[in-house]
Amino acid sequence: MKEEFKKEELLKLEHLNIQYKVKGGYLSAVNDVNLSISRGEVFAVVGESGCGKSTVAHSIMHLIPGGNAKVTGKIFFKGEDINACSDKTMEGIRGKHIGMIFQNPLDSLNPVYTTGSQVEEAILLDGLNHAQAWEKVLKLYQDVKMPDAAERAKSYPHEMSGGMRQRVMIAMMLSRNPELLIADEPTTALDVTIEAQILEIIKELKNTYNTAIMLITHNFGLVAEVADKIAVMYAGEVIESGDVFEIFEHPTHPYTTLLMQALPRKTKKEGRLQTIDGSVPRILEKKPECRFANRCPYAKEQCFRENPPVASLSATHTCRCFRAVKKEA
Amino acid sequence: MGEMVTLEHVEKYFSIGGGFLKKNARSVKAVDDVSFTIQEGEIVGLVGESGSGKTTLARALLRLTKLTGGKVCINGIDIAKASRKEMNQIHREVAVVFQDPAANLNPRQTVESSIMRPMIIHGVPRATARKKAREVMAMVKMDERYLESYPHQLSGGQLQRIAIARALALEPKIMILDEPTSALDISVQAQILNLLLDLQEQLHLTYLVITHDLNVIKYISDKIAVMYLGKLVEFGPVEEIAEHPKHPYTKGLMDAAPILDPRLRGRKKEVMTGDPGSLIHMGEGCHFCPRCKYAQADCKKTVPPMIPVGTDHEAACLHPLKD
Repeated sequence: MKEEFKKEELLKLEHLNIQYKVKGGYLSAVNDVNLSISRGEVFAVVGESGCGKSTVAHSIMHLIPGGNAKVTGKIFFKGEDINACSDKTMEGIRGKHIGMIFQNPLDSLNPVYTTGSQVEEAILLDGLNHAQAWEKVLKLYQDVKMPDAAERAKSYPHEMSGGMRQRVMIAMMLSRNPELLIADEPTTALDVTIEAQILEIIKELKNTYNTAIMLITHNFGLVAEVADKIAVMYAGEVIESGDVFEIFEHPTHPYTTLLMQALPRKTKKEGRLQTIDGSVPRILEKKPECRFANRCPYAKEQCFRENPPVASLSATHTCRCFRAVKKEA
Repeated sequence: MGEMVTLEHVEKYFSIGGGFLKKNARSVKAVDDVSFTIQEGEIVGLVGESGSGKTTLARALLRLTKLTGGKVCINGIDIAKASRKEMNQIHREVAVVFQDPAANLNPRQTVESSIMRPMIIHGVPRATARKKAREVMAMVKMDERYLESYPHQLSGGQLQRIAIARALALEPKIMILDEPTSALDISVQAQILNLLLDLQEQLHLTYLVITHDLNVIKYISDKIAVMYLGKLVEFGPVEEIAEHPKHPYTKGLMDAAPILDPRLRGRKKEVMTGDPGSLIHMGEGCHFCPRCKYAQADCKKTVPPMIPVGTDHEAACLHPLKD
């Protein structure tokens, strides 16, 4: 019974495309992204800056500014397409069903209110009175292992360290117990020892509440530590995705393979690191070619003519590359 | 191989509060009694959490901040007592590359004039400087045409190469690299690390690399210095520090660093609780005491001195860890 509950699919993206209107056409920031996240799963979306990982996360929350952006495709949350829903409906989903924490907690906190009252504000939305809400704030502060919880609830953001501020953000997010947590670079601004503590909290969250976590990061170390599944993005496309162990042990897409070798995992005595020549192309309109072709050591003429389809290498491993298509057969 | 940089009991205290007459002034010990030596041609990595005094120490080396105690010798010259001429010499020999390359290049000047500027200041004739600018661009593997570019036209990796080129222009012996790859993506980070290692071998440079990325430090360094709240807590060869740390803080730091292999995620690790806290309200004894699970009664009273714990390996702990 428990096992079945765990595997229930919570979020599913289908053919998600995001385009920005720029001078001279549309910039394809996200192209044909398909992924699915189940309850109690840590799903990491990794990639280098500008690959579109944050854009995907923001589109789920309807945080992409309208006007010059076009978000097409389907975003199913518990079976309902939330890409098409109204802003009013979305207000009910944000925070309550899908929570989000960002890289820099100081940007998300109001400097002139105590942190406790900011956490309380979210709880009051659920119709509790002040005394009950404050009690819950203190409980949450203890849950996120805030030192001197009662004292700290009355502190202002500037009186806290970076780690404490991120704990406040997690408490705020936890206060309404969402089913999905989107964490956009949650530990990038923190020291390693604090990062390790925050990771412990995230792991606990997954285990106690069966929360699904979408972890957006460029840090492969984090991915190796906590993720169950990963999607590697490059220039707006998911180029490889699947089980974290499979991808770390048998990366198949040339980009993932090179990236894994570029990670400083050894010492300099064991030789130089792998590098990837060239740079990410700026993708205007949809070009019918593989987006990695210009940097790929294995690129063939076909790669410049058409964009490879997504091939499944196993039930838990997909790859967007012609080389993988061959292996599939 | 001679001693390139020697730090002896380096101290930098900042005084805070106390009002106009400084009656109740207290001091913040940003760097407190730090001593170590960097040999010629060596790469020393300096690690520590934010607020541990890494950058203050680097600033002291560059004489960007005045020491309140101790001595810094660069290539045999005591920088506090150096004459104007000697100081000029030191400024040519010690180069620095900072974290955010975009913030360190003048947005209104071309790459060429940014690279030439330190040479002009040090009295290199324009024609020679122009020639040298081309040489250093080749050294960092950048095409000459980028000399005409402005910083906003270049990517982060390219800007970091330019910052390194500019640092090389005066033919330094020592390079201080403050978070040289923190702002960069993995593939670009690999390029810059390779470049730094190539240059170090070709030009026989000495590096002091400051970073909080332990994977980078383990890759690039010969020796590692670990700082905690202004104090040097451990110093030794990279293999020793990474595999057999003797100070409980170093152990905690190494355990906290994410390992780039999911198969190792179940490994035994000790997650340190709490955070470093403030430098202002510092108790007596070992600074790490409040977070240390091995702390004993004497740790609260005595400040541990640096003691040898192996070959070229020192740690400031009264009860060093055993393997």
